[in-house]
Amino acid sequence: MSTPPLLETRALYRNFGALAAARDINFRLEAGARHALIGPNGAGKTTFVNLLTGVVRPTTGAVLLKGRDITGVVQAERVKLGIARTFQINRLFRRLSVLENVYIAVAERVGAAPSMFRPAGRRRDVVDESMRLLETLKLSGDAARRISELPYGRQRLVELAIALGLKPEVLLLDEPAAGVPSAESHIILDAIDGLPREIAVLIIDHDMDLVFRFAERITVMVSGAVFATGSPREIAAAADVRAVYLGQARRG
Amino acid sequence: MTEPVDHPAARALAERHRLRIWEAIPWLLALGFFFAFPKHLGFGTELLVTVLFAISLDLVLGYAGIVTLGQAAFFGAGAYTVGILAKQGIWHEPITGLALAALVAAAVGFGSGLVLLRTQGLTLLMLTLCTMALLEEAANLAHDYTGGFDGLDSLPIAPLFGRFEFNPLYPTTQYLYVLAVLFVCFVFVRMLVYSPFGQSLRGIRENMLRMHAVGAPVRGRLVLCYTLSAAIAGVAGGIWAQANAYVNLGTLGLDRAATVLIILVLGGHGRLYGAFIGALAYISLSHFLARIYPTAWQLGLGLLLVVIALFARNGILGIAAALRRPAHRAAS
Repeated sequence: MSTPPLLETRALYRNFGALAAARDINFRLEAGARHALIGPNGAGKTTFVNLLTGVVRPTTGAVLLKGRDITGVVQAERVKLGIARTFQINRLFRRLSVLENVYIAVAERVGAAPSMFRPAGRRRDVVDESMRLLETLKLSGDAARRISELPYGRQRLVELAIALGLKPEVLLLDEPAAGVPSAESHIILDAIDGLPREIAVLIIDHDMDLVFRFAERITVMVSGAVFATGSPREIAAAADVRAVYLGQARRG
Repeated sequence: MTEPVDHPAARALAERHRLRIWEAIPWLLALGFFFAFPKHLGFGTELLVTVLFAISLDLVLGYAGIVTLGQAAFFGAGAYTVGILAKQGIWHEPITGLALAALVAAAVGFGSGLVLLRTQGLTLLMLTLCTMALLEEAANLAHDYTGGFDGLDSLPIAPLFGRFEFNPLYPTTQYLYVLAVLFVCFVFVRMLVYSPFGQSLRGIRENMLRMHAVGAPVRGRLVLCYTLSAAIAGVAGGIWAQANAYVNLGTLGLDRAATVLIILVLGGHGRLYGAFIGALAYISLSHFLARIYPTAWQLGLGLLLVVIALFARNGILGIAAALRRPAHRAAS
């Protein structure tokens, strides 16, 4: 038997009333993958991310991590199993410093967060790990600043830093460069390029330049179902994909 | 292990919990008050109890972001625990009595928190209010135990350590006792808010969705925080009953819950010392305004609140911090 993929879905369905937001999705994410998920608005990309992270339960079907069925595992537990995500719209701790933002994630991962009887600063291991993570993302200069004082591009980097503080095996990036002015977007792209290979990355995006620069495998979703999967070259060449998606995107 | 990272931000976080010299000021003032105004210790005791109650609210509202209008439910639970036990002749000793008050209030906080904290925002606000109203009505109906509308008076409270009497006319014992209990509770809350647990509460306040996404057991943390806060509010209520030797329905009322909320907003929430400043400002101001405008003093208080809500969202301490910040920038 071959080893199971890192993350897999089998015949995943999700209905919201009459709307089928996910229809028979069979998806595989291999270890160390650089995978992109694209599709027109309303294709069900965000629902799919919510199904993978446990925010939404499938109507039928299964989600497997390293061959283990995690369909019934709640969101917080899936994070502990190594699935982390970033958000399309920043969800940061706005009135806290950049360092505190990352501290919260690291403390949660190493199990320091429930501790009540010693000061947060005494967990030097958590402080130091958070600080080093900020250094690798070239954010240490802003470590003491509040999120609300940062330009949007750098806030997007903190989004990434929080997810990386969880040391995930699977990282789901929901439009990582959304809303960032193009002059700043290279910061985000460089950071994503610099992610270690131990992390399997699934990037959900509209930005074709980003997707084709980054991805080694692309899945196209249309109206809740997987429309095509292949290498970037195959996807770019497929006439039907162009018709449903690439053409539309180029127009806008 | 690798070397610790030497960075101003890392150092600031590592040293955040250190005591600062100015933190001695409220305690020195409180002790000074004892010697300077021996005739006003009744007023002083009331003020200290209010501070303690406001600190309990700061923990849930200021740090965890739980919007509540029902904090007096726990104050009342603590007060009635002390009152009923004393009146029924079951328990008179003050310190263990406070522990029992804390326990009962914590149980009420835990039970209601399990249900309430599934909701947020306006729904949560209304449900906290309802919980308090239910308790108030229950206390009103259980006349045989609670004295109903009249409450319980002349509570027989044993002397502190078997030696120091609670004299309602010369409340020296009460004042020092309340001050000591306030200090212990404050040290506890201060430790909590600077701990990793306290940091995660701030995270929940700032962005609950993200806390779920970093794997935090959000509901569990909130219930725990709510329970601890209820216990402290219970201590405040219990000590209030002991100091005054009576309990009435007012301990469970919206008036008390709203006043403590106003005090915290006035002083500044999520800052520990906002409770001190707010209580002092509120009580002094109402005293002062009641003298100049005996008929319409609450109008002045209302106007001040409007101004604070519009221009100084973080209360008096928030103004102080805003004034200090530019100076810091220039220095660094």
